[in-house]
Amino acid sequence: MRRLGPFVIEKDLVAPPARVLAVSTLALLLAFAAAGVIFWAYGVSPWLAYKTIVAETLFSKSGFAEAVRRAIPLLLAGVGLVLAFRGQFWNIGAEGQLLLGAVAASGVALFVHAPAAVELPLMFAAGFLAGGLWAALPAVLKLRLGVNDVLTTLMLNYVAAYLVGWLIHGPWRGKSAFGFAYSDRFPAGATLPLVPGTYVHWPTLLLALLAALLVWLALERTPWGYRVRVIGDNPEAARYAHIPLFGVVFAAALVSGGLAGLAGVGEVAGVHHRLLDAYQISLGYGYTAIIVAWLARGNPLGAILTALFMGVIFASGDVMKLALQMPFRVTDVFNGLILFFLISSERLLYYRVRLAQSGEEE
Amino acid sequence: MEDLVWTTLIRALAFGTPILLAGLGEIFAERSGVVNLGVEGMMALGALAAFAVAQSTGLPLLGLAAAVLAGAVAAALFAVAAVSLRANQYVAGLALTMLGLGLAGLLGKPFEGAPLAHTLSETSLMALALLLALALWFVLRHTYWGLVLRSAGENPETVDAMGINVFSVRYAAVVFGGAMAGLAGAFLSLAYRPSWADGITSGLGWIAVALAIFASWHPLRAVVAALFFGALYHLSYRLQAQVTPELLKAMPYLFVVLVLSLSALGRGPSGAPEALGTPYERGERR
Repeated sequence: MRRLGPFVIEKDLVAPPARVLAVSTLALLLAFAAAGVIFWAYGVSPWLAYKTIVAETLFSKSGFAEAVRRAIPLLLAGVGLVLAFRGQFWNIGAEGQLLLGAVAASGVALFVHAPAAVELPLMFAAGFLAGGLWAALPAVLKLRLGVNDVLTTLMLNYVAAYLVGWLIHGPWRGKSAFGFAYSDRFPAGATLPLVPGTYVHWPTLLLALLAALLVWLALERTPWGYRVRVIGDNPEAARYAHIPLFGVVFAAALVSGGLAGLAGVGEVAGVHHRLLDAYQISLGYGYTAIIVAWLARGNPLGAILTALFMGVIFASGDVMKLALQMPFRVTDVFNGLILFFLISSERLLYYRVRLAQSGEEE
Repeated sequence: MEDLVWTTLIRALAFGTPILLAGLGEIFAERSGVVNLGVEGMMALGALAAFAVAQSTGLPLLGLAAAVLAGAVAAALFAVAAVSLRANQYVAGLALTMLGLGLAGLLGKPFEGAPLAHTLSETSLMALALLLALALWFVLRHTYWGLVLRSAGENPETVDAMGINVFSVRYAAVVFGGAMAGLAGAFLSLAYRPSWADGITSGLGWIAVALAIFASWHPLRAVVAALFFGALYHLSYRLQAQVTPELLKAMPYLFVVLVLSLSALGRGPSGAPEALGTPYERGERR
């Protein structure tokens, strides 16, 4: 406990929602201020930059639709990461798992000709499976051998990107792709419907919202979710309670990768309609999903809000590229700063400030 | 034949130098108890700072100094979060990588494709890296400060009890690690390429993080590990005509996974510093 003028600052280990919101908002404001300084250094007025961003994303119909479109993969992958992080599986590989989902869906779209009612569900199933398997290897290595999961999941992102590169330059290269490296277009039955006038592939959006709800239910209302939470909050207690670490965390890892895989399916089936370069399929959604999960503070339903927020950040990357001629990399600056301030402010969550009672001593 | 072995070794060393430089820095940071996953970002910032300064002043050595400074400043920012504010080190490092890559890509736009009049010699930087490995091994193993650094990573309470500030030790180690990552970046943009392009680091920073683990946090073993990775890169370059290039490019990353697994299998307990990744808090019981 510490006196500071008329206030008392004291430790309080349970953070109420209002304080979480206040601290998060403070972190975001600081991140935007720091980004403003960087824009200024780049030669763009921060005032103009933020005015343009707000006008073109929040107050423009097409701009907001862009933000929602970006939020779809962020929500799917982000919900998965919430689950993985809750179970202490440090999955930094959502990017690769997303790409694997895109690959599996493209494989089905290009080579399996099923009736339309079966084709799309089949693509989503294949994407879920592929993404899950891509996460399974690092999970097994971590749980059985104690191999650092941050590094293995991350390395597999690069491997996934090269796998996509190999496919579109080699065996899956389209006959109609004159000199370009991408696959043939998917048949019409393998593409997702859009909200007219936008790129919002609404079936994936519904799926993402459903995933957030289901993961929340699983975490809060099932014995399995309870075990995940115990492992995450108190590994020591989990060991004493004989919670089967492998089975519980492995399942969380599979679902986490699978959800990222679904995000990849949505991108190829909803937006691109073909398999193309890894950097075109995903603009780093898998990495930004880490921020979505962290900002959501372990709550899958919270991820709905934070995914939309990060979707706006992505959409503002587009705006700044077009209106202010800044490279799209600017979104990485935003991402890095937001995550940095968010993580740095975490300590503040566990302190409370209140007015000192009269006569209260140090 | 002898020639072939010799050239392979030299090229492996050239490819391995940035990994070695950054890896040595990471070994120091981790030996003090701090994991910094921001190596990739610091390397990119170093590469840009080196190129920008060398290009505009015509003095490559000044560029080298700028890279060291840029890496050190970035690492100091990370240390504020990870050491003073006791933030999750893994996530803070990721944030630094995102920020570093983004910032370098953004501010480096005007330098893309720009020519560099005066470059640095690859060979002298390679020699510098080897000398540094030797010197750092000596410092870590045989000096008082090396002992303090290692103790901060193994048992910070003891260091505190000796009257030495654990936070200062960790700051110093992390900032030194950043300077080394910056140096690695300068090697890429002033000697190896020599040019600036967004994405110049292409995952080398992550391999440097893995290097610290393969080398069991030992500076001399880091040389062997860096040579091994350098040889892999060189091989993928040489085999380009015969084998699918994407497969070869993916190889170093696959090897990281493989070698991490094999070393985990062979070693049992990893030999990592005891307090690695744990923020230090004064006066609180563990």
